[in-house]
Amino acid sequence: MATRKLLLTRKHNTVQQFAQLVKVLSNSTKTNEKLDALSQYFATAPDKDKTWVLALFSGRRPKRTVNSTQLKTWCIQATGLPEWLFNECYLTVGDLAETIALLLPPRAHPASHPLHYWLQQLQQLEKATEPEKQAFILQTWDALDDGERFVFNKLITGGFRIGVSQKMMVNALAKTYDIPPATLSHMISGTWDPGAVTIEALLHQSTSGADASRPYPFYLAYALEEAPASLGPIEAWQAEWKWDGIRGQIIKREGQLFVWSRGEELITDKFPEFTPLTNTLPDGTVIDGEILTYADGKPLPFQTLQTRIGRKNVTRKQLQEAPVAFLSYDLLEWEGTDIREKPLIERRSLLTQLIHLQQQPALLLSPEVTAASWDELTQIRERSREQISEGLMLKKRSAPYQVGRKRGDWWKWKIDPYTIDAVMIYAQKGHGRRSNLYTDYTFAVKDGDQLVPFTKAYSGLTDKEIAEVDNWIKRHSLEKFGPVRTVEPQLVFEIAFEGIAASNRHKSGVALRFPRISRWRQDKPVAEINTLDDLKTLLRQSGGQEV
Amino acid sequence: MAAAMAFFCIFMNMELLQFTDKGIWCAAGDFYIDPWKPVQRAVITHAHSDHARWGNQFYLCEQASVPLLKLRLGPDIKVQGIAYGENIYFNGVRLSLHPAGHMIGSAQVRVELNGEVWVASGDYKLESDGIAVPFEPVRCHTFITESTFGLPIYRWEPQQQLFSRITNWIYENQQAGKASVITAYSLGKAQRLLLHLQDKVTRMMGHGAITNVNDLLIAQGYPLPHIEKITPDTPKAAFKNAVIIAPPSADDSAWMRRFNPYSLGVCSGWMQVRGHMRRRNADAGFALSDHADWNGLLEAVAATGATRVYATHGFSSVFARYLSEKGLDAREVSTAYGDEETITNPET
Repeated sequence: MATRKLLLTRKHNTVQQFAQLVKVLSNSTKTNEKLDALSQYFATAPDKDKTWVLALFSGRRPKRTVNSTQLKTWCIQATGLPEWLFNECYLTVGDLAETIALLLPPRAHPASHPLHYWLQQLQQLEKATEPEKQAFILQTWDALDDGERFVFNKLITGGFRIGVSQKMMVNALAKTYDIPPATLSHMISGTWDPGAVTIEALLHQSTSGADASRPYPFYLAYALEEAPASLGPIEAWQAEWKWDGIRGQIIKREGQLFVWSRGEELITDKFPEFTPLTNTLPDGTVIDGEILTYADGKPLPFQTLQTRIGRKNVTRKQLQEAPVAFLSYDLLEWEGTDIREKPLIERRSLLTQLIHLQQQPALLLSPEVTAASWDELTQIRERSREQISEGLMLKKRSAPYQVGRKRGDWWKWKIDPYTIDAVMIYAQKGHGRRSNLYTDYTFAVKDGDQLVPFTKAYSGLTDKEIAEVDNWIKRHSLEKFGPVRTVEPQLVFEIAFEGIAASNRHKSGVALRFPRISRWRQDKPVAEINTLDDLKTLLRQSGGQEV
Repeated sequence: MAAAMAFFCIFMNMELLQFTDKGIWCAAGDFYIDPWKPVQRAVITHAHSDHARWGNQFYLCEQASVPLLKLRLGPDIKVQGIAYGENIYFNGVRLSLHPAGHMIGSAQVRVELNGEVWVASGDYKLESDGIAVPFEPVRCHTFITESTFGLPIYRWEPQQQLFSRITNWIYENQQAGKASVITAYSLGKAQRLLLHLQDKVTRMMGHGAITNVNDLLIAQGYPLPHIEKITPDTPKAAFKNAVIIAPPSADDSAWMRRFNPYSLGVCSGWMQVRGHMRRRNADAGFALSDHADWNGLLEAVAATGATRVYATHGFSSVFARYLSEKGLDAREVSTAYGDEETITNPET
């Protein structure tokens, strides 16, 4: 009897419990079910596993010691399948970790260990030789069942995108540990090592404040769908331009400066423009704003900011051609005190004073857009593109700074996107929820009697439309090039996008910002789609130069 | 005379079975196998709608398939049923039907002329489901095989294991006070579920599309449990903790809402891949299929001894390429056969 009980406990504390959690989270479409599964997990899992799960689901990926190519190669060796067949499987499954789990032969030597055991083993592979790594991976595959293998492979390939938002995880933890979600969200932000820190230390008021770099969770707005008059008198609202850059937080604490992106990535080193703020900003200051490339009192097109993203070492040339500035929206911490509960009007007044006193070229105030009436503001909004802005933000002057995406106090009021009618010419299978369905399309416009591809687009169709289009593609494809099929140019779609810029990397000479399918134009024949000239006209109107 | 000679020459050069825009055609015997456009004489492998289509003059199928064909295509069709293994001749072409194990009455079509043998598989599976006569390999020179699940990621779990997972899922739902709604194709998979679940669960009910087929089969003498048909008058209380079998087309419809609270389980080979399951918004997916999995397809091809293989509907190009690399003369053929397990509604 004693032995039996021991066995049960052991099984409960293995990676299987985590695999079970992942299964529930990725299958369930009901938020409450996911929340219950998560809080149940946090209540029962081994402590060391909890910290890792917290890290994994908040995008803190463990260091990669084995890469996807190695996993693929070893799976091909273990199964004896030709590489092309492995690739076909991958295209259908749409997920490498899952493809491998499905292809491997059944395990021969079952073994169970908790999640943190596997993760620590993986970490220790950092300095191992390739044959050592391979031996460990093969041995582990042979020990795990299908569900566990999938999870183990996911730990290596990263990206647990299984429909768990940070918010949901925070709510689950808040429930298990009885801490208010906003406090908890702040506690788990910033940098920490899941292998070193315990969950207790992380969720303890006194120790959690130890990290000076810790940002606040961002407050995010929903799109305004009704007329602005529905918000009441305009006087209660502050309007600002909605900038299209990188939302960020600048933090100055204990003599150090930290710049965070909304994706909770520390990006201080990428933007040397902010370095002078280390000396000028007072300790205990946290500013929310937007990082933009900015020159002559105006933002530069988003494409110039792209030249700065993803680079650690910035060249002198880039600093000259794509200088950045921080357009400040809000003040979250002042003189070491969290002031998020104060009304916007008070925070804004403190922020305005601070920015004026700073006199720093890279630290600006995102200006307030003033109007006497909603009608006037509506007219101003129409000219957003001249400001290189996407529209307006409306913020209630009496509102606190909230956590996450919340309705009511903040609204984004974007201008309508550009649209172009185009014909589908290539199709490719999608990933994840859209695996084995043709969901990734390339579109073309007319140029004389030629069709010129100008963009790819994924989202925007309903599941029913996707099924219909997928079926059509399977019946109307002309040629296969690897995973891509060329199709008869017949289906017309309206493509919406937020911006257009010149590009010499694309045959069409233009690159679009946020292209997506806005609707399927079953009413429109191919003869009536837009032309390359139409795109070039849009490019000129938006201030871009042809290349 | 010249014309007759020319005709004769063409005839001599023709393959025994050919792929035409109407379906698989035997020129010598002048019949089609599972044609998708109306023809004079149609040999039907099984009663699923993508193989047994409306509008043909004469139908020939396995005898157990006759009532199903009439149920699907109307009582007035001209249909002849023959037993598995029975020979029938058309212009000297010898034709016989052999068990395919896909569903009741499902058959592989064996065609022979002058010592050359072709077999068209229709849909098949190797594992015996307890209802359909189990698959029997037939030796041939040329094998036309389906390849619905012709990728090595499709490897079915033994059905006993799968059914015990389904049963556990039902028990869990019952503990949570929920009905278990299982979608399965009404002709074939639904009966397989009923047969294997009947001793393990009580209170099984069905959508009309399921009970119609079920009642017909019980009348034919198949050992299936009788289940209650759900009508607009069925009281809501009857659904509590019940097991409800529904066709895939009922998924997401208003019809299903009345079972609340319920959990939805989908039974289809496609459920092998997580993405498919998530797209269906199912609470559970069970990879239960009446088609052969990858190993099943390979085993079936090997057992025929065929040196030439045509792969039809499914992952036909992949499967043909793999067989070619293994030394067979294998090609991909496109047909209008679908797949009754497909994600989109197959029953319309």
